[in-house]
Amino acid sequence: MSHTLQGIAASNGIAIAKAFVYEQAQLDIVKAPKKGAEDEVTSLQNAIQKAKTELEDLKARTEENQGKENAEIFSAHLLVLEDPELTGAVKTKVQEEEVSAAFALNETANMFIAMFEDMDNEYMRERAADIKDVSQRLLRHLLGVNTAALSEINEQSIVIAKDLTPSDTAQLNKAYALGFATDIGGRTSHSAIMARSLEIPAVVGLSKITEEVEHGDMIIVDGMNGNVYVHPNKETIAHFETEKIQFEERKKQRAKLINEPSTTRDGHTVELAANIGSAADLDGVIQNGAEGIGLYRTEFLYMERNELPNEEEQFDAYRTVVEKLENKPVVIRTLDIGGDKELPYLDLPHEMNPFLGFRAIRLCLEKQDMFRTQLRALIRASAYGNLKVMFPMVATLEEYRAAKQLIEEEQEKLRKEGISFDENMEVGIMVEIPSTAVAAKQFAKEVDFFSIGTNDLIQYTLAVDRMSEKVANLYQPYHPAILQLVKGVIDAAHAEGKWTGMCGEMAGDEVAIPLLLGLGLDEFSMSASSVLPAREQLMSLDYEEARKLSAEALLCGTADEVKSLVQENR
Amino acid sequence: MQEKTFTITADTGLHARPATQLVHKASQFSSEIEMEAKGKKVNLKSIMGVMSLGVGKGGEIKVVINGNDEQEAMEAITAQIQEGLGE
Repeated sequence: MSHTLQGIAASNGIAIAKAFVYEQAQLDIVKAPKKGAEDEVTSLQNAIQKAKTELEDLKARTEENQGKENAEIFSAHLLVLEDPELTGAVKTKVQEEEVSAAFALNETANMFIAMFEDMDNEYMRERAADIKDVSQRLLRHLLGVNTAALSEINEQSIVIAKDLTPSDTAQLNKAYALGFATDIGGRTSHSAIMARSLEIPAVVGLSKITEEVEHGDMIIVDGMNGNVYVHPNKETIAHFETEKIQFEERKKQRAKLINEPSTTRDGHTVELAANIGSAADLDGVIQNGAEGIGLYRTEFLYMERNELPNEEEQFDAYRTVVEKLENKPVVIRTLDIGGDKELPYLDLPHEMNPFLGFRAIRLCLEKQDMFRTQLRALIRASAYGNLKVMFPMVATLEEYRAAKQLIEEEQEKLRKEGISFDENMEVGIMVEIPSTAVAAKQFAKEVDFFSIGTNDLIQYTLAVDRMSEKVANLYQPYHPAILQLVKGVIDAAHAEGKWTGMCGEMAGDEVAIPLLLGLGLDEFSMSASSVLPAREQLMSLDYEEARKLSAEALLCGTADEVKSLVQENR
Repeated sequence: MQEKTFTITADTGLHARPATQLVHKASQFSSEIEMEAKGKKVNLKSIMGVMSLGVGKGGEIKVVINGNDEQEAMEAITAQIQEGLGE
């Protein structure tokens, strides 16, 4: 039966393929053995054999697609799988306690997991996850449950999942994962941002797609309109195949704008920059004609590893990016960890309200050794291009001053060591906490620039958790309060001769662009894939008209009124 | 019986990749291979055993091998440790 599901359009494009349903299987472990102890041991050995073949296959495939380094994890898994201590303990349990192999395995693995989780070494604690992973794999085979891992997709598919976490999306192979559709999430959830950065179509927030779609079902993901078609008929498929070709054609047309300046019809020029997470995203930045990098998230340098990156490593990473950008501005944000992003080896406390807790600059000012290492790497890299440093989550001037002081101290040390750097390196802040937006005038006297982080600013201003579906309708980028805050920040910066950028999702939003232009925003930083559409739009706009439009929008009562106003004036 | 003591000099100690390689090597022999550190004894063929000891830089380990290929095993393990783990 063909039907349509409506969700939130997260990443443009159209994908037509079979569904790959990704789910965490429910494993029902029964204590009593089904068969005699000997047979239980045999089934354990069979399961180990199957898991081994699977892991070897995975390892070979990962090596081929992502290199030896990334395949290393599966070597470790293979060793855990065949660990005589693990299998020996399971066998003893089965024989002596008369329990099923699955039960014995689960108990034994949990014991090891608990032991590793308890160690005072971060690396060891992470190994607990490996043991968990291996034992789950083994249990699936023991219980005959068939579910596939994301990295195991080996034909062109559309991934269907409840949600995709950072470790999930890291496994996605773009050659096979043509798009995805998830039950939860919004435009700014991790999965949506990843889809745009991978440039694959995605629809999120579909509520129940994992229940409605089965493995192998034919589906179409329309990332422009947020629709997913299940079991589409021939006409629908034909229609979307045409749409897909047109989408790619438009993309090609826009590609011609790659070297054009972002200038309005009446000659007002702004800067269109891209957000990146690592040097791996640079190709996208250059192919999409971004005029700089408005946000380089350094968290990824710290993630998926077992210890803090050292100064050299960070220096290399930052230098690579600034050199590749050839003197175009690169705004690098210092570590923004905490909140929804965790670092297992930092051993951070669990908090009731992580978004209001110990994160970003608050954490960095506390862990000064770690912070100084990053600042030194940044200062040194500033010698190789146009690097600007930005602090996240600044709520008070004291925080900015303390962080700025650390930069000055490290600069002084480097000067004494005779290491060169850019003496005029700009230092700015993210404006994402309402207190900072409101007090922008005071901040503007001391910082070199502002970059408005709308994702968090909206979340904090409207007191709305952007991950919560129930209140998703309150997440309103066009709320007049947000526009008012943005205006205040821009005006405060301009009064001091400073510039203001925006690096939240709003900066690449079709409805927001005319308003932000009118409010005087200097730099718009967005997903690389949004740069060309944004340039196309900006080139068609008139700055004077946009100014009038934004003045009018500030007087609107609601977000919907703002949206209608912009749409009427198109 | 073969017995030998080593000092781990690698910065990361006896975890990460070197431990994996050591366990791999040990698993190729039929002898019983044990490792002692911090007053605990573990099976050197067990990755979880080896890692659970958490031997850091400067730590001492004693390798004890018993079995018919003990000599070759000790040579191979010595070579493996000297290659990047310690002395």
